[in-house]
Amino acid sequence: MKLTLKIWRQKDREETGGFETYQVEASEEMSFLEMLDVLNQELIEQKKEPVAFDHDCREGICGTCGMMINGQPHGPLKATTTCQLHMRHFNDGETILIEPFRANSFPVVKDLVVDRSAFDRIIQAGGYISVDTGQAPDGNVIPIEKDQASSAFDAAACIGCGACVAACPNASAVLFTGAKVSHLTQLPQGDVESKRRVQRMVAQMNKEGFGNCSNISACEAECPKEISVANIARMNREYISSSFSTDKVMD
Amino acid sequence: MNWLSRFFTSSIGRKLIMSLTGLFLILFLVVHLVGNLQLLNEDDGFSFNTYAYFMTHNGLVKTISFGLYFFIVLHAIQGIVVTIHNRKSRKKNYRQLNFREADFASRNMAVLGLLILAFLFMHMGDFWLKMKMGQLDMVKYDGVNYPVNDLYTRVNTAFSVWWIVVLYVIGQIALFFHLKHGFYSAFQTLGWNHPKYTPIIKGIGLVFSVVVPLGFALIPLYIYFVR
Repeated sequence: MKLTLKIWRQKDREETGGFETYQVEASEEMSFLEMLDVLNQELIEQKKEPVAFDHDCREGICGTCGMMINGQPHGPLKATTTCQLHMRHFNDGETILIEPFRANSFPVVKDLVVDRSAFDRIIQAGGYISVDTGQAPDGNVIPIEKDQASSAFDAAACIGCGACVAACPNASAVLFTGAKVSHLTQLPQGDVESKRRVQRMVAQMNKEGFGNCSNISACEAECPKEISVANIARMNREYISSSFSTDKVMD
Repeated sequence: MNWLSRFFTSSIGRKLIMSLTGLFLILFLVVHLVGNLQLLNEDDGFSFNTYAYFMTHNGLVKTISFGLYFFIVLHAIQGIVVTIHNRKSRKKNYRQLNFREADFASRNMAVLGLLILAFLFMHMGDFWLKMKMGQLDMVKYDGVNYPVNDLYTRVNTAFSVWWIVVLYVIGQIALFFHLKHGFYSAFQTLGWNHPKYTPIIKGIGLVFSVVVPLGFALIPLYIYFVR
């Protein structure tokens, strides 16, 4: 299949950047990233600069890849990362618009690569358990209700790709932060530090300059792991109640 | 007190203010609609004018009304602050942004809110201000031993002008969209999201957002076309 690609090219953080048009011949069996690999191979052979894009596992679990494809993070297929999107979902002769994820907190490093270290700093602020939890314990040593464990696992499925921020008209990071808060707070090991955690993570999220949540739910719709906005509500509950808690929650 | 200012200036704290003031304004809409529907009584304004007198002279109602003015201003200012921050968080915009879900109302709450605010200025200028400035005629009813402002006649005069009726209907359409998202959104911000309750909240929100603006729109339409 013959495709026309309009790709955002930007040399570095400082350059303004702009769209450039390319023609590429791909097959329907290729993943979207493989199609870009083909384009890059051609560019290299022409002694031109290949298109920079993030990728790692290419099996939909690492959260590294991600770009706006025809105005949607990770493209048109629901609950799918860019690497798992295949060219059979596009038509021969189609023009595809490819942009980087855009948010002030996700500055473009080069072409389609954005700096998502703001997410790392939110995790560093509190998305962990401070004590050494040791080896994986035997099953059912700590009793956790099945529904509770499933709910925590659903939140833990977040791969931190940033599609939620990219899709949000406000560039808000509440789905990501809500998922990380929900993941830990619903488990007995994480519950102990839950008040301090939510305070620190929300404070860091605000410091990074992400927008506020308007409950639009575009994040949930575009999330490759279908993380629910119920996790945002849980984070809000935790944040509001911990703010008014008589425990010391912030240093 | 450091914790309190930190809370209310955090993204969630600001949204909590939006949510709580919004819920208060939702309650106000119910009271306002029930009271105003008395305009449809064919009693030369007896029930409506004596009701309006009560609402402007009862101490408790007057106290609550100051709360109402404050919450309207707070809701508006906070909404503007939040929206400016949201716009600033993506300075470089997309060439193309498509939405799989996310309806029109949820993406345009600020614009709808400003429309409603503009409507509110016009609405209060039309009636509230004229009453406060003492520009209305006084009327006396049998069985009531004090004269009351004839707000009823003023309303009828205003709603006999076609473009005022049109502006009021537009205001109510904006209110419909604002409530359609705002009702559910207020609960979501409070953290009230559960498979058991969220569908009920969404259902009630949808019915509320249709019924209340429709009830308000009915008043100018009835007066213009029927009276």
